[in-house]
Order: sequence, then structure tokens, then C-alpha cells
Amino acid sequence: MVREAFDQELQRLRNEVLVLGSMVENAIIESVESLKNQDGEAARRIIAQDRLINRRRFEIEADALTLIATQQPMARDLRTIAAVLDLSSELERIGDYAKGIGRITLLMGEEHLIKPLVDLALMAGKARDMLHDALGAFIGADTDLAHAIPQRDDEVDALYNQINRELITLILADPSRIGQANYLLWAAHNLERAADRVTNICERVIFTATGEMVEMDAETGGIESLT
Amino acid sequence: MEKITVEHLTFYYGDVLALDDVSISIEDREITALIGPSGCGKSTFLRCLDRMNDSIPNIRMEGQVLLDGQDIYLPGTDVVDLRRRVGMVFQRPNPFPKSIYDNVAFGPRVLGYYEDGSLDEIVERSLRGAALWNEVHDDLDENALSLSLGEQQRLCIARAIAVHPEVILMDEPCSALDPIATLKIEELMRRLKESYCIVIVTHNMQQAARVSDKTGFFWLGELVEFNATETIFTNPVQELTEDYVTGRAG
Repeated sequence: MVREAFDQELQRLRNEVLVLGSMVENAIIESVESLKNQDGEAARRIIAQDRLINRRRFEIEADALTLIATQQPMARDLRTIAAVLDLSSELERIGDYAKGIGRITLLMGEEHLIKPLVDLALMAGKARDMLHDALGAFIGADTDLAHAIPQRDDEVDALYNQINRELITLILADPSRIGQANYLLWAAHNLERAADRVTNICERVIFTATGEMVEMDAETGGIESLT
Repeated sequence: MEKITVEHLTFYYGDVLALDDVSISIEDREITALIGPSGCGKSTFLRCLDRMNDSIPNIRMEGQVLLDGQDIYLPGTDVVDLRRRVGMVFQRPNPFPKSIYDNVAFGPRVLGYYEDGSLDEIVERSLRGAALWNEVHDDLDENALSLSLGEQQRLCIARAIAVHPEVILMDEPCSALDPIATLKIEELMRRLKESYCIVIVTHNMQQAARVSDKTGFFWLGELVEFNATETIFTNPVQELTEDYVTGRAG
């Protein structure tokens, strides 16, 4: 093969994105587990781990820039490296959401939970699965999968709205719950935003494969071409 | 506005097919780059645009090359005037073994393209146009061969523009130059395209990406793809083009 060294580097970069993605997937799940179990130690681990996520993101960025500078990639290779830069940024932000949930765990301490956190765990699972599949779509250049994933954001949004309604009901019944309700709503908001960022990742997967930049509206299922 | 239109150009060296049914429209006041592996026909194509292939024995050509809508291969075409209108800069700088001044003045003198006393003005204008005036204006009587290669190439460009061309063809104009001289020539090309139609053959894909507005990709005598440069290098239509620009073919 003519560009064996470059291809190996590009593959390594893609794998690094997968590794980062895996760290972030775990962080999402573990952050909500720490909240459910009111596990301060787990929360502190998640917060500390966010530094590793951030460092990895910048290492990926540095490697991508080096590859651009030294190899002058073109066409799909260039779009792939642009996707690596974008995806690593999106993953780092999702990691921040997980860290935020860890902080909420510490803020809530050992307060008696005002509601079981089943729905939050469900949200986290769905967001994690969406992310996992989006990264699979990136590696496999699977545009069909990339088109389908954002539609699952509806389910995450529905859970968020349900949690919102329940918390409001609880506050109205007992205003002293407002503090914890606010924390829980914020945790749900972080998970909802994580799922939104997966839509951004899917848009980038489509751009990498086709050269067409699209904007996908998870709510309406609409797709608008921006090129 | 189209400056050069090529229609169904097929070219043979003896029995060897060098260009196969090439059709392309080249715009005025733009830089058009031609890329492709060695032997793909891009330099042959370039030489078709100013009939430089006429001097090669045993060639055969079909199709048309139109300059401002006029077929340059029609019998009776003034080939000398054609080569004034369509100037050429070659891979290796080739100044005449004369002074800097006489190199630039040569064309206007031979063609009678000057009024009494205006040669100085023509030489200055041309050297300024080639971004060389500041470096040589005190040494116009110096032998052109004393210049660096990069300066010699800019002198060749000055020599070409001294006779008021409309098109400047460049066949790998920077391949003999160092990186700094190359960037100076590229910067000059960007300025020149405001006044001329420029067609450049280059092996350097990054150069084509940097300087050109449109790029044509040749492969085994065929024009595989011709498109805006940003499209060729970010999202080419043809898979072969993608393979070539990513370094996986050729």
C-alpha cells in the first residue's frame, strides 16, 4: 500500500477516539450510579477521571494537527481528521456532563432521595447506547446508522420531560424539596445534553463519509443539508 | 468568462495515444492547475494550447483548441502571434545569456512592440509585474545568469508579460526552485491572475491546492475530473481522483 505509515497513523487516531469514547461511556453510567447509590467516593473518582478525559482529548488534537501538518491529507482523509477533532471535542463535553453529575452526588451528600432515580438511570443507559452506536457508525462509516441514531433522542427527551414533571409535582407538594429537585433536574439536563451531542457526532459521521454537512433535527426527524 | 475551450482533443505521438478525447473550458483571470502522475499527458496538453507540439515530428491531433472562440489550429493561424498571446514559462528557468534588461526587452524589440523611448518603461513595468524590479533595478545591465534560480524564473515571467500576453502557461515552474523561491512565485501567480489566464502543470498537489481556482486531474491521457480546487481536494466526485489526491494511486 502506498501510504502505509499514514494509514496506520490515521487508524491509530480513530482508535484513540474509540478509547476516549469508551471512557466517556463509562463516566456517564458511573456518574448516575454514584448518584443513585449516593456514593461519594465513586463521585470523586469520576471527577478525577475527567482530567484524564481532558488530557486524552488534547493528545488526540495534537496528534491530529501533527498529521495534518506532516502528511497534508486530502479529501476523505482530511474529513476524517476533521471528524476526529470534532468528535474528541464532543466527547470531552459529554465527559464534563458526567463530571457535573458526580459533583451533584457530592452536593447531595446523604440526603434522603425524594424519588427513586430509575428514570435517570434509564436516561443514562439510552444516552450511553446512542453514543456507543454513534462511535460504531464513525468507525464503520455507516451513514444509515448515523441517520437513525438521532431519532432515539426522542426517548431521552421524553424521559427528561417526565422527570421534569415529576420533580415539579414533588416541589409543589413540598417546597422544601426544591434544593434536591433542582440538583436532580440538573443531572437530567446533563444527560439530555449528552444525547444531543451524540446527534452532532452523527452529523459529523455523515460529513466524513459523504462530504455533505447536514443538520439533523431529532424532534422532527428532519434533515437539512448545509452544503 | 471562458478564455480557452478545448473540445474532444485527442493526441498521438506516432501510434501512442497521449490524450484521449479531452474537453475542458479554462476561465480567464483564474489559475487552472493540471495534476496527474508522470506520463499522464498534462504537459502534452499544455503544449497543445500554444502549438508547441508542432515542432515534434510524427504527431497527430484531433479536436479543437479555441482561444477566445477562435480555433488556433486553423490553417493560416499566425503562430508567432499566438505564442505572444499565450506565453510559456518552463520548468527550468531559461533566461537568455544577455543582460536582465535585454532579456525583458527582447520580445518587444523583435515584435516592434514599442515606441521610441518606451522600452525602459516596458522593462520596468514587466519587472514590477514579475515582482523583480526592487531586486534588480540597479543592475539591469548585469548578466541574467548571475541571478538566483528563483530570480531567473521571475525574469522569465517578466519576459513573458513584456509582450502583453493573455494567457500564461507554466509547466512545473517551481520544481527547480527552493521552498522560499517557490512561495514567491506562487504569490506572484496570485497577483498575475488578476490580469491573465494562467494554466499551471504541477506535480506538487499541495501547490495546486494552494494557488489554483480550478484543478483538472489527468490519468493515462484522460481528463478524469475537472472541478473547483476545493472540491477536488476535499470531496472529489471520482473515486480515482480521491485515490490520487490521497496518495493511494499513481
